[in-house]
Amino acid sequence: MKRKMAGGSALLRGIIGTALFIGLWQVGTSLDSWTGVSLPIVAQLPPPSSVLDAFLPLIRSHGFWSSAYLSFVRVFWGFMAAMVIGIPFGLLMAVNRTAKAICFPVFEILRPIPPLAWVPAAIIFWPAPELSITFVTFLGAFFTVVINTVGGAEQIDRRFLLAAQSMGADKRTIFRRVLLPATLPSIATGAVVGMGITWQVVVAAEMISGGGQGATTGGGGGLGFLIWNSYLGGAIPKVVVGMIVLGVLGYASSTIVRIMSTKLMPWNRAI
Amino acid sequence: MITEHTESPEPYGAPVSRAGAGSKIELQTVTKIFGDGPMAKLVVEECSFTLEPGQVTVMVGPSGCGKSCIAFLIAGYERPTKGKIVLDGKAVGGPSWDRLVVFQESALLPWLTTYENIMFGPKARGFNKKEAQDRATGLLERVGLRDFRDKYPPQLSGGMQRRAELARALINDPKVMILDEPFRGLDHMTRGLMQEYCGTLFEEASRTTLFITTDIDEAIFLADRLLIMSSLPTRVHDVIEVDLPRPRVRQEVLLDPHANQIKERALGILHEEALKAFAGGSKASADFIDAYMKRREGPEA
Amino acid sequence: MNSLEHEAVAPAKQLRGGISIRNVSKVYGSGRSSFMAVDSCSIEIAPGELHVIVGPSGCGKTTLLNAIAGFHSISSGEIYLDGELLCGPGKPQAAPGADRVVVFQNGALFPWKTILDNLTYGPVIQGLMTKKDAQNLARERMATAGLSGFEDSYPGELSSGMARRVEIARALLNDPKVLLLDEPFRGMDNLTKSIMHESLLQIYDRNEVTVFFITHDIEEAAFLGSRVSVMTTRPGRIKETIDVDIPRPRDYRVLTSDKFLGLMGRIVDAVADEAQKAFEAGERELA
Repeated sequence: MKRKMAGGSALLRGIIGTALFIGLWQVGTSLDSWTGVSLPIVAQLPPPSSVLDAFLPLIRSHGFWSSAYLSFVRVFWGFMAAMVIGIPFGLLMAVNRTAKAICFPVFEILRPIPPLAWVPAAIIFWPAPELSITFVTFLGAFFTVVINTVGGAEQIDRRFLLAAQSMGADKRTIFRRVLLPATLPSIATGAVVGMGITWQVVVAAEMISGGGQGATTGGGGGLGFLIWNSYLGGAIPKVVVGMIVLGVLGYASSTIVRIMSTKLMPWNRAI
Repeated sequence: MITEHTESPEPYGAPVSRAGAGSKIELQTVTKIFGDGPMAKLVVEECSFTLEPGQVTVMVGPSGCGKSCIAFLIAGYERPTKGKIVLDGKAVGGPSWDRLVVFQESALLPWLTTYENIMFGPKARGFNKKEAQDRATGLLERVGLRDFRDKYPPQLSGGMQRRAELARALINDPKVMILDEPFRGLDHMTRGLMQEYCGTLFEEASRTTLFITTDIDEAIFLADRLLIMSSLPTRVHDVIEVDLPRPRVRQEVLLDPHANQIKERALGILHEEALKAFAGGSKASADFIDAYMKRREGPEA
Repeated sequence: MNSLEHEAVAPAKQLRGGISIRNVSKVYGSGRSSFMAVDSCSIEIAPGELHVIVGPSGCGKTTLLNAIAGFHSISSGEIYLDGELLCGPGKPQAAPGADRVVVFQNGALFPWKTILDNLTYGPVIQGLMTKKDAQNLARERMATAGLSGFEDSYPGELSSGMARRVEIARALLNDPKVLLLDEPFRGMDNLTKSIMHESLLQIYDRNEVTVFFITHDIEEAAFLGSRVSVMTTRPGRIKETIDVDIPRPRDYRVLTSDKFLGLMGRIVDAVADEAQKAFEAGERELA
């Protein structure tokens, strides 16, 4: 009963907070037309009202949705590749000392390179612009997933392994029934964080690379491209709309990943 | 009824009770040094003792990882630097079902239910499923966790977790059971109940058991023999026979004059050793030993 | 010289720090979700007494301690300190003060300060004395507590037992009237605990202070206390107060004396059914 109330009041507070934010935004941007006093930075922003005006036609335009879809597809494939390649790679390094000795140094050298710095190289080396952008997105999530996987596997309580060994489990059984489940929470963390990173990377990659496919065919080029293009064209309210939509999509996808990982760990739910 | 114990194949359905028979473990001048070079730490020094067949031997001593280290050596998680550990005439190797440990803090696998945890050993060794299931159900009943078989470890209280771990060990019918301060961290009441519980279990099974604790009352209640250990580096300081009649009732033992005599004798030694450990042992060295025992690489297979 | 050897004669004690708890009750929550943590507890603690409250977990012992310290309010009853009202009708919560110092379960030493700095921090910050005076006083207190030589060590370098001793020394720095200890040795293994007991008793014998000690460990209660109050499970009531007439100074040999065993028997009886009730209630909550 208490928890329900807390949830309800949290929602209420969230709504009030958001409304307050929008209210202040409106006031800040309209201040100079009301009173002649103009605030330094805030005045330059488009007011919520104009953002709303730009919102509706955009929603109805085909180009907008194909942009959103493009960005989503790039994020999806980049993320999936990062998981499919990253998790086994991380696990391999965690269980096999030789593999770690060989691969980890190279991995650690490449990791600090910002994914965006890869864009020129990606454009050169990948045959299609789509692949370049997806590759950069992949990199964004890949390093996070691997680091979390390796870290998680290495921090397992040693006594779990000892107990399993004592009970006669061989190496394969230990991997399957002890190491994997014990590492799942860390992998899940890596996935959620990685998902967030993919959205950030894809937007910037689109801006830099000129939108990949679709930019030239009028298909939109992705939300990042849309934002950049709108900026160049002076349609600032569109920029804000793009930002808002990105925020919503990013939040939604992180939530989906989080929900899925919770499903994989029923023992956590039991608490 | 006396049963033969062979390394393999293991007669799985072998009866639990083996009055009179049992396995014998001998430590022969065992020395263990952790780490090497300037950071090397002498933890166990020329320690020798015997775990008599079918008896409960309780190891009491000041805290510091010496006693746990010995448990790890017997279990096979670590190898002695010098000396030998012998089980029924054969040198002990790596971790194995015949020497099972119940750890200080719960090592129940948190992603498995109570039932699945108990079944882990038999499943891993590929035993007959039906037999194992029956046995698991029987043990769950025996430790009073029948209604909790589908719960996960975090849903169990401290005492319940300990009982689950006992069941998980017992289903594998080990030759030697090692319990390393298993009641640490439990509240007073639960601890008392668990002591009584284990006392009954031990009396029923006559399995060679090594029990480690810092609580002298607990030690005297459970033990057939007491090993009083020194502070680091660990050695056996004294051996005291506890010839109190069985079955034992905890409240009675607490007030029994003979038990009290044993306690007086033991306390004298323990107090001195504890003072040495307290004043001499710096946190840095305790941390080092702790970290060393927690490190990820297991024993060389 | 072993720092734990006792002095031959304990200094005469001043008469201060007497606590009078009269019919104190504490109710949490309101309406249907309210519950009574403490129910009409009355205890008279003489100045300089080492009084132990023993009872099962969750029975309200901490609530009483917090009421004396001024961290919680009471719902009814009164608490007096040396005849002055700490809390009561019209003043439900006592004001926390330096005359009633608490030593908590979990370490509260600043890890980035040396032991000496940790000890002198409070008085200097409050402007009670100069740094030099505080340091001299701190060194004295440390000597009393058997901690000489650790002035320049850091808390991280000390074992938990030693750190606990430092906290007790720190609590006593300003000569409080009452020292409040809430299960300070909980979680320690028995042997370290017994050394800590002897430390505490040594410090107690050398200082004029009333000690209010909470524990669920019966042996600890009987070994330390001048008098032991047994508290029932929630709602906590004082079931019985037992005098411990074992002379001081006490050391570990007391634990195996006949007198002590008899005393333990008495307390065990008083506590037994309460503990069972609390235990069953706890286990039921999980089922």
